[in-house]
Amino acid sequence: MTQEQEKTVAAPSAQEGTVKTAAKVARPAAPAVPAAPAENACDLKTFAPAELRREMERLRREEKMDFLECLTGMDWQEEGLGVIYHLESTETGKRVCLKTATTDRENPLLPSVSDLWDIANIYEREVFDFYGIKFTGHPDMRRIFMREDWVGYPFRKDDDPEKQNPLRMDNEPLADVTETLTLNADGSVTRRENKIFEDGEYVVNIGPQHPSTHGVLHFRVSLDGETIKKIDPVLGYIHRGIEKMNESLTYPQTLALTDRLDYLGAMQNRHALCMCIEKAMGVEVSPRVQYIRTIMDELQRIDSHLLFFSCLCQDLGATTAFLYGFRDREKILDIFEETCGGRLILNYNTIGGVMADIHPNFRKRVKEFIPYMRKNIEEYFDIFIGNVIFHNRAEGVGVLTKEQCISFGCTGGTGRASGWHNDVRKRMPYAAYDKVEFKEIVRTEGDSFARLMIRMDEIRESLSIIEQLIDNIPEGNYQEKMKPVIKVPAGTYYSAVEGSRGEFGVLLESKGDKSPYRLHYRATGLPLVAVMDTACRGNMLADLITIGGTVDYVVPDIDR
Amino acid sequence: MMKRPKIKSIPYEEFKDNETFEKLVAELNANGTNVIVRPLDDLINWGRSNSLWPLTFATSCCGIEFMAVCAARYDIARFGFEVTRNSPRQADVILVSGTITTKMAPVLKRLYDQMADPKYVVAIGGCSISGGPFTKSYHVVNGVDNIIPVDVYVPGCPPRPESFLYGMMQLQRKVKVENFFGTTNRKEKDPFDRAEMRRKEEELYNEEEEA
Repeated sequence: MTQEQEKTVAAPSAQEGTVKTAAKVARPAAPAVPAAPAENACDLKTFAPAELRREMERLRREEKMDFLECLTGMDWQEEGLGVIYHLESTETGKRVCLKTATTDRENPLLPSVSDLWDIANIYEREVFDFYGIKFTGHPDMRRIFMREDWVGYPFRKDDDPEKQNPLRMDNEPLADVTETLTLNADGSVTRRENKIFEDGEYVVNIGPQHPSTHGVLHFRVSLDGETIKKIDPVLGYIHRGIEKMNESLTYPQTLALTDRLDYLGAMQNRHALCMCIEKAMGVEVSPRVQYIRTIMDELQRIDSHLLFFSCLCQDLGATTAFLYGFRDREKILDIFEETCGGRLILNYNTIGGVMADIHPNFRKRVKEFIPYMRKNIEEYFDIFIGNVIFHNRAEGVGVLTKEQCISFGCTGGTGRASGWHNDVRKRMPYAAYDKVEFKEIVRTEGDSFARLMIRMDEIRESLSIIEQLIDNIPEGNYQEKMKPVIKVPAGTYYSAVEGSRGEFGVLLESKGDKSPYRLHYRATGLPLVAVMDTACRGNMLADLITIGGTVDYVVPDIDR
Repeated sequence: MMKRPKIKSIPYEEFKDNETFEKLVAELNANGTNVIVRPLDDLINWGRSNSLWPLTFATSCCGIEFMAVCAARYDIARFGFEVTRNSPRQADVILVSGTITTKMAPVLKRLYDQMADPKYVVAIGGCSISGGPFTKSYHVVNGVDNIIPVDVYVPGCPPRPESFLYGMMQLQRKVKVENFFGTTNRKEKDPFDRAEMRRKEEELYNEEEEA
């Protein structure tokens, strides 16, 4: 399938004859660098590991950089192993990118920032798992996606993970003890053991096979009676190594895998990657494409929120509401199917446009859908949301404050339910979002009920966005002419879109080749799982289902 | 020769690849069929094939399509599969929907082992058949048939609900031609076998004595 895609991308650019002549012409060694730096290029400031900690503290305290947007591990080979940090201030909107690296490959050490931003805890564990970088001062230096007996660090350029790791069919070991490393002034390292669960604690395993974890997610829950004391998420049951695979795929091929990350945000994920590559190459897509992409993104958002509602109802025991939600979702899938050919995995956006022009029925179908959905959303309130049993189970359950959401980087509906204005469509408008009027739905309660209501209101808002655009789709090309082999100029780029459940970011590092040097996705779901411990503490075990349902994570997006 | 299994929804001729199926039937009936037991088999199999209870097991995208199959438009209840079980001990068939990673592999095996015989496996989607788009990944099992025996493969990425149902009907046909008495119902060892239990008790006793 990926080969097919490559063909379709290449096809509009040149007919067969011209491809052959083009191949004869000697290509310049490096692709042409655009005159001005690309719109989404990261302005990286480099800090030595020793200085990093002080700079980070300054940014956090003095510049109020309270949102750690993205933390990416890197293997720059001769430059060493390192990390790229993306920070943002939620007050001023100022953004900073930093990088740090260490040349020690045997025992790489970097200072941890997990005490400044809560989410850094889980991001640094991810970097440790992939690159073997140990963070000094981190409270819990364990693997996160791989099994604990995994050999080697799969994302290092010199690692051969398959050779060292045959399929192990014995049950995986799960440690109860973790460690903190402290770097002393003389360069030596002190090890301290931390217990995850005390000896007498009552720990219940939920998942990986559990109907209410929305995929293969594993929680180790420590209980006191029926009250949750602590949650330790175990991830990686659907870790497919997409980011690593991307390093050996061409750019058009990498697109195919984005749909399979968060399959309820297939359009938006692919939009993010296409946008990142287009901006890095300086390709301007036609307004028609921008409009189509915006409409598709919003349809996808409604699709995702309907599924969110249906699954939440199902988890809480309301099967009829589940059927109602799916009945309406099928209408969107029909629209998708006509234009894209797929129901779930859509493969629609391409670099420089979209795969095919919209179907002749598209406008008609969408216009029929808008009033239909507006009417049916009222039914949801009648059948489920207005129910007093649901109110009792959701109101005041799993409250997250705005500070917690920001510190954990919980973007999307979860953050907005706590009063954090984090909508990427408003913060950094892209596609056609600056041409439409819409409200950013924000509530202040921060409980499970608010998180549900945010999604319901967003469906209405998305309908209104679509309504504004559907009659005004401008004429133009649906695909820009691209070169048969797509190469991105050397540099580091970051683009983000508002996914169905938060900010979906793409960090692309290119060396000018036809495949990326590193492609990292800012998963929308990883912060949402990280926050589960905070959200659930003190609540009942049964509330775990409500909270997990309303923060709305999709596991293949977390594990990637 | 046994008669052809009849599925209410599709005529026999409209199934694709009837040759493979007929080979399977011939294999099962190689030693001839029992005149008395066979009609009883047919009766039991008619009941079994129309009430296959699937385990709700989904790792990724195909699971969402499975939900769509269960929901209003495609309505899996028409075929008697609607009783999805959350515990493997109550399920007849495991639909492996989605990628199986090396970390998940032992868990899947354990789920399969926990299911009671007779049990069936349907591999849904490219990932569970061969690894699909992730064949080259370091963390993906290239096909669940490396771990557990598979009865029906349903290709697609993800398969459409229609192909989902088609695959399930193939499984129904497979169930219908099985010899139940003396074969399928004897697959599993009797857990309450007296002699076996006594042997285990003795073993346990000896171990305790040694300790």
